[in-house]
Amino acid sequence: MSTFTQTREIVMMNLRSIPDRLAPSLVIVIGIAGVVAVMVALLSMSSGLSQTLGATGREDQVVVTRGGSQGELSSFLTIASMTLIKQDRGIARNADNQAMASGELIVITEVPRPGQSTGANVTMRGVEPIGFALRPGFVISEGRRFRPGVQEIMVGDGAAKQFDGLTIGSKLRFRGGTWTIVGHFKSGDAYDSELWTDRETLQGAFGRAGVSSLLAQLNSPDEIAAMDRRLTSDPQLDVDVRSQRAFFSGQSEGLTNTIGVLAGIVALIMAVGAVFGALNTMYSAVSARTREIGTLRAIGFGAFPVVLSVMAESLLLSLIGGVIGAVIAYFAFNGYAVSTLGGGFTQVAFQFAVTPALVLLGVALALVIGFIGGLAPAIRAARLPVTEALRAG
Amino acid sequence: MPNECMLNECMHDEGMPMRYLGLILSGLLRKKLRTGLTLVSLIAAFTLLGLLQAVNSLFGGAADFLGANRLITQASTSFTQPLPMRMLPQLEPIPGVIAVSHSQFFGGTYQDARSFFPQFAVNPQLLRDTYPEWVMPEDNWRQFISTRDGAIVGRTLADQFGWKVGDIVPLNSFIWTKSDGSRTWEWRIVGIFDGKDEEWNERAGLMYLNFGQFDEARTAGARGLAGVFIVRIDDPNEAGRIAAQIDAKFDNSSDETKTQSEQEFQLGFIRQFGDIGLIVNLITAAVFFSILFLTGVSMSQAVRERIPELAVLKCLGFTDRLVMWLVLAEAFALCLIGALLGMLLASAVTLVLPPEFPVTTDLQVWAIAGVSVVVLTLAVGLPPALTAQRLKIVDALAGRGDESILERALHRAMSSIARISGRGGNETEAA
Repeated sequence: MSTFTQTREIVMMNLRSIPDRLAPSLVIVIGIAGVVAVMVALLSMSSGLSQTLGATGREDQVVVTRGGSQGELSSFLTIASMTLIKQDRGIARNADNQAMASGELIVITEVPRPGQSTGANVTMRGVEPIGFALRPGFVISEGRRFRPGVQEIMVGDGAAKQFDGLTIGSKLRFRGGTWTIVGHFKSGDAYDSELWTDRETLQGAFGRAGVSSLLAQLNSPDEIAAMDRRLTSDPQLDVDVRSQRAFFSGQSEGLTNTIGVLAGIVALIMAVGAVFGALNTMYSAVSARTREIGTLRAIGFGAFPVVLSVMAESLLLSLIGGVIGAVIAYFAFNGYAVSTLGGGFTQVAFQFAVTPALVLLGVALALVIGFIGGLAPAIRAARLPVTEALRAG
Repeated sequence: MPNECMLNECMHDEGMPMRYLGLILSGLLRKKLRTGLTLVSLIAAFTLLGLLQAVNSLFGGAADFLGANRLITQASTSFTQPLPMRMLPQLEPIPGVIAVSHSQFFGGTYQDARSFFPQFAVNPQLLRDTYPEWVMPEDNWRQFISTRDGAIVGRTLADQFGWKVGDIVPLNSFIWTKSDGSRTWEWRIVGIFDGKDEEWNERAGLMYLNFGQFDEARTAGARGLAGVFIVRIDDPNEAGRIAAQIDAKFDNSSDETKTQSEQEFQLGFIRQFGDIGLIVNLITAAVFFSILFLTGVSMSQAVRERIPELAVLKCLGFTDRLVMWLVLAEAFALCLIGALLGMLLASAVTLVLPPEFPVTTDLQVWAIAGVSVVVLTLAVGLPPALTAQRLKIVDALAGRGDESILERALHRAMSSIARISGRGGNETEAA
């Protein structure tokens, strides 16, 4: 028999006998499924977060904030500087020759959290009417827009799902005033976690003279550098100019990295546990088949096919475990909506995203565990002296 | 005969007498490789359990020791909305209030943004009145009160950056601009404070700035804003009444307040991160289930292999109960060793973590680990222990061990699947 035929026969024989060693084989499958499920679930959290925050960014829009501020919350622009910035020639103009730029004010508000006495911090954003035109992804999913001059609010879908009492018609009290929720909106990005209202109404209610930031549509993405030069060299201004994408990814970077590192550590420790579980199972599998392996060697099977057969068993079992784990993670967590503290002390609502890349990563991890767990027992099986092996059992 | 009496007595004993330790150990060492591998899996599981629950206890009980004798009054909209200074005299005369101080988050970064530590601009005298837990020599307190650009730092922070009294620390605030447009503020260190006990020492990783320079130098529009108010009260039982009284005072004004205990304030802050506890417990459960299965199978395998030996023990006069206890004790010993090593490893890891992650495996975490050992022992040890107890000597000596119910069910299911797929395979071969 050629090595190839030998290998095929012995591998098939081995795989067919798995049902006889069911319980120990299940150890590998379930142990690895657990590791993969946890790792994929944790990583899907960080991928969901970067999807939400990453999707917010456009390259042809800029966010102008006060120089040195880390986010919109700590930024402040006076009305005078806002007006000056809006006149920059890099900013696109609409049919009415109005600058496509919206000076926006954000304040932090507290909305109740289900079943807890302390509320959650949610961003309330005051936008100019033109602000809607700057966000092509913006859709009203329910109700209507707020009217300028009236204390009315629209709520992002993400926030509406996460927090209590944000249904249409309900009222929120901020700063001695009562605000009515008149609509829900969907934008598929970080704005989904916010409350929106008219900027001037918000300025009035919160006693703020200026705005937090300015969002502007550029004529072309290439103009950022020139605009940045013009604005930062203007002695009347002290601002930072960033593309919207750069601005938002800067906001989420820290959080995404933290979750990534955390998932890595947890997965690593779990993987160590699973490797040893796999080793245990494969050693038992080999020792249960000692006599069989001895017989095979005695009738002329080589050491290499024996190694391969043990490896094949270990890899197959871990593959099954990996797939089960990834499937569990997908069905349990894909689309699972949560919210956490984002940049600037406010809540970011996002959904876990189990992407195909993560599923592949999980299966790959399973195979690595299976490989390491199978290698030492396979070598031991191949090294068994034939005479001793035949006497065993 | 005396021996048998002793054995019978042992049945009723709570713990395992020491003289069976050798027997248990030799059971574990019978297959060193398997025991070793199982042990490593257990260690990994308990390391993870220790670390995760340490994180959990950080988020769950971080503010436990903060007394309920301090209230925080913040703007009802959000704590980031500063309250005006003019409210201070309105808070002081409320019955039950001992002292009121104000505190504004400064948001400064030193050197680079990663070495972040909190700073608060406060009135030095009022800080001292509301936080008697901070201990510092009288001279330094006087210095802090009289130095307008003075700052005091906690011991841990001073050690971290190697600061001494007299050093000038430049901070770049991402919130506050000076009226000259610059954002770099220089603070002179005039004192290093300690906590009154171990717990407060651990919290001494912050910096207090004199409100004097802060208010004078910031942009005109921001002057006169106090931040939040810290209200020290004499009787924690009155906290609810006083909080309600404060909030009622400012109801329907443009500066409505929300007053809660310091503990609640901190917890509310931490809860903003979302339901960390739920996620952590889910992971722990997943880890545990995997390890449970792993150890369980390996334990029952170990017992099955030893069925003839157990029968010999029974022949020698060991009762059924005693054999059961022996098997259970073996599982317990394995879990206990794994748990101990894993928890020690987790504790070692928390010690070497950088100070930004202040997690420790405290008593609560050890308690959770202890409960887990018991649960794990029962889950993995009881089924094989019961098998061992039911063992008939005749069958066992002949090597006829019973399969467990689970295994029997699994085998039946698998063999029927194999039959079906086998039939399918034969058909394709025939074709």
